[in-house]
Amino acid sequence: MSAPLLQTSGLTIRFGGVTAVDQVDFTLREAELRCLIGPNGAGKSTFFKLLTGQLPPTEGHVHLRGQDISGARPHEIARQGVGIKTQVPNVFNALSVQENLWIAARHKHTPTFATELTDKILTQLRLTGIANKEVGQLAHGQRQWVEIGTVLAGEPELILLDEPAAGMTHEEVERTAELILEINKSRALIVVEHDMQFIKMIARTVTVLHQGAVLIEDDVARVLEDARVRDVYLGKGLAA
Amino acid sequence: MQILTGMKGALIGSVIAAAAIIAAPFYVDLFQIMQLTVFAAMAVLALSLGFIWGYGGILCFGQTSFFGLGAYAYAVSAINFGDSTPAILLAILVPVVFAALLGYFMIYGGISDVYLGVITLTVSLILFNLVNSTAGDFYKIGEARLGGFNGIPGVPTFNLPGNPGYILTPEQAWMVTGIALILVYLGLRVLIASSFGRIIIAIRENETRAALLGYDPRIYKLITFMIGGAIAGFAGALYVNWGAFVSPTIFALGLSAQIIIWVIIGGRGTLIGPVIGCLLLQWMVTEIGAQQALDANFILGAILIIFVLLVPKGIAPTLRDLALSRLGRGETAPPEARVKVKT
Amino acid sequence: MDLAIIVGLDVISGIASLVLISAGLAVIFGMMKIINLAHGEFLMLGAYATVLSVSAGVNIWFAMLVIAPVFVGLVGVIVERCLIQFLYGRLVDTMLATWGLSLVIVGATTMIFGNTIVGVSSPLGGFQVGAYQSSLYTPFLALMAVFLMTAVFGVMRYTRAGLIARAVMQNPEMAATLGVNPARVYMATFGAGAAMSGLAGGLLAPVAGVVPTMGAAYIAKAFITVVGGGTSLLWGLISASGLFGFINQIAAFLTTPVFGEVILFIAAVVLIRLLPTGIAGRFFKGRL
Ligand SMILES: Nc1ncnc2c1ncn2[C@@H]1O[C@H](COP(=O)(O)OP(=O)(O)O)[C@@H](O)[C@H]1O
Ligand SMILES: [Mg+2]
Repeated sequence: MSAPLLQTSGLTIRFGGVTAVDQVDFTLREAELRCLIGPNGAGKSTFFKLLTGQLPPTEGHVHLRGQDISGARPHEIARQGVGIKTQVPNVFNALSVQENLWIAARHKHTPTFATELTDKILTQLRLTGIANKEVGQLAHGQRQWVEIGTVLAGEPELILLDEPAAGMTHEEVERTAELILEINKSRALIVVEHDMQFIKMIARTVTVLHQGAVLIEDDVARVLEDARVRDVYLGKGLAA
Repeated sequence: MQILTGMKGALIGSVIAAAAIIAAPFYVDLFQIMQLTVFAAMAVLALSLGFIWGYGGILCFGQTSFFGLGAYAYAVSAINFGDSTPAILLAILVPVVFAALLGYFMIYGGISDVYLGVITLTVSLILFNLVNSTAGDFYKIGEARLGGFNGIPGVPTFNLPGNPGYILTPEQAWMVTGIALILVYLGLRVLIASSFGRIIIAIRENETRAALLGYDPRIYKLITFMIGGAIAGFAGALYVNWGAFVSPTIFALGLSAQIIIWVIIGGRGTLIGPVIGCLLLQWMVTEIGAQQALDANFILGAILIIFVLLVPKGIAPTLRDLALSRLGRGETAPPEARVKVKT
Repeated sequence: MDLAIIVGLDVISGIASLVLISAGLAVIFGMMKIINLAHGEFLMLGAYATVLSVSAGVNIWFAMLVIAPVFVGLVGVIVERCLIQFLYGRLVDTMLATWGLSLVIVGATTMIFGNTIVGVSSPLGGFQVGAYQSSLYTPFLALMAVFLMTAVFGVMRYTRAGLIARAVMQNPEMAATLGVNPARVYMATFGAGAAMSGLAGGLLAPVAGVVPTMGAAYIAKAFITVVGGGTSLLWGLISASGLFGFINQIAAFLTTPVFGEVILFIAAVVLIRLLPTGIAGRFFKGRL
């Protein structure tokens, strides 16, 4: 059997006294869609930062298709085919929507092809109408879409989405869910989300993080019924 | 498309400017031609910082280092070779190598803007002290004595390429300098419109995002820094050609400050802005020097403070924003007009 | 042997003068994360205050140790109120504004006093080490550096002002929620930093040529020291001064003072490549 798409072993990071990610063993198959949930401060965003090289692990390893990428720099990991939409929007504010996507597409493609790819994604995400608007002037929800578009334009094989539905209207949330399922036809995704309705729309397997460690990993229905998961979320007002 | 229309405007403007440059000697006297020549050489220097700061987001407080190294490299090699063509090439090469070394340590060290500004400024201060201390026979490169505080007089000026016997007249030197300014300007416009240009602007806007898309910000920044060094070094050669003389004051703190002021008042994120800022300030400093009532440093400092406080974007972007808001266009301005005032 | 003593004295005096000429810059950098580009001019103003007071008949010790720091400290407070406070949160713009200020001060001083060198004679005599002659002023400067560092340590560690300053250094937002007014802290910081620069300028007056542009001669070393030290204001300053003062003096002894400075700079750049946040960022994180 070939190596899994992504595998972490004993992945750990400490900030002073805080262990934000604690001995995480995590495996993702090719073209799998995984949801990652957990209360605020559980370490989900930090886990993503370890996967993308924004933070170096204190201990443990990350393997991408069997290759050790722990401690590699963000651009090296991106070139291996990992794309991320971060929790806090990370876009090129002074550039237009079109230019944001084009920069992403240009990394792999010629300028002409990058323009074509950009147009295609703009249409897919229904952003054509605001293609020439400066991203810094858009509303939060729209900036989220721009960032998702930017990630798609980079054509990664593994996509990490950190709270993609935050700040979106109900209708936008549904479209995001559809889009994720669409993307998943050809690529693997890990989606971090708080909105349980959203999770129910897309999830098959769910991993729950709590205080940096994996609490449970199972089929979505069983996870949402699990007493420990309810305990963890209780009092956070997020129980399903 | 916007880029192309912008380029058309720049091309038309450049042709007109080139015509004016060639015509100038027929209309103004030699003294003014000399004056214009040094203004144009300085404007090339202004473009170098306007490019790396305004587009690359690299805060270099010591752009004089590359200017001065270019000037000294030109002077030393022109004296040794007796031919300006290889000297001009060395005036570009030496600062580029220096920028590569210095830039490597700073950019790959991952230091902050504040540190980068201070370190580049420190480099220029140290080069000033270093070159100042090169008096005496010991400091000789080939035929050229560095001369310490007194500098190097009698540097051969530009000759026709391949014909060292044919020295350009002051009018011809003016045309060469003016046309060089236009070519550097157009070259940078093309560079900014290219993929490389788009990418360095993106990195200036959000380095993390660029890295997460697979671009290594460090190498792009280093190349930008080196291009800035090359242009500043070339400006140094143009400057020595103007005066046939170079001294350590070329590295002095006052000039470092002036370059920054040109770019600030002209506007970061434009190319024409720094050129305008440079010409305005050069003219003003000459006027102050002539009437001697006020100290030039005092005025320069006051201008810098006033612009930082009241017009932080600079003249060109502010005017363009005004014009755009008059027109009431909702579209984004061309990238030249967009400035992120770095904090 | 005598030579070794003299070189040793040189190293001590090199370290002490780095501490003195960098302290004001380090305080402002440690607290506000900006480099004050008018630092050299604050030194110069301290030197002028001393020279002018002495020529007006004031005792030189009083002029150096009291008038210079108080005067430049006041200048610092005024500058903070009239200029710096409008630029909070804009680090680069703040630095540019202080650069403008530095030009304004040089220009104004030149217009008032002219571009001529003034000075005062050293209040201390010399002493003999074997065949070598040295000035008593050198050990005095070393004492002053020790005294200054002890004073900074004492204030930061044991007074309420120091407690507030440490809180703001660690986390300005958090300090604000505790009822500390960061604006006032920054004003006090800038004033205190300026006063230290004024003191250093005063102490330099007897051993330097006092001219409006004298600041430029010192800022390169001060910048290197502070950048190399990092934002921890006491240990960063002391460790960087120690390391760089040693390298500089030894290199200057073996070559020339100018090459000593070049070697110092190269050492600092290599250090920055290895430790981008300075010595303190690596070894004294979160300490004073
Ligand atoms: N750079 C950092 N320094 C110190 N602590 C951090 C840092 N980044 C995250 N943390 C801590 O790590 C924990 C996990 O944070 P995060 O990954 O953002 O959680 P989540 O995304 O699950 O809400 C939190 O306790 C947070 O305070
Ligand atoms: Mg998070």
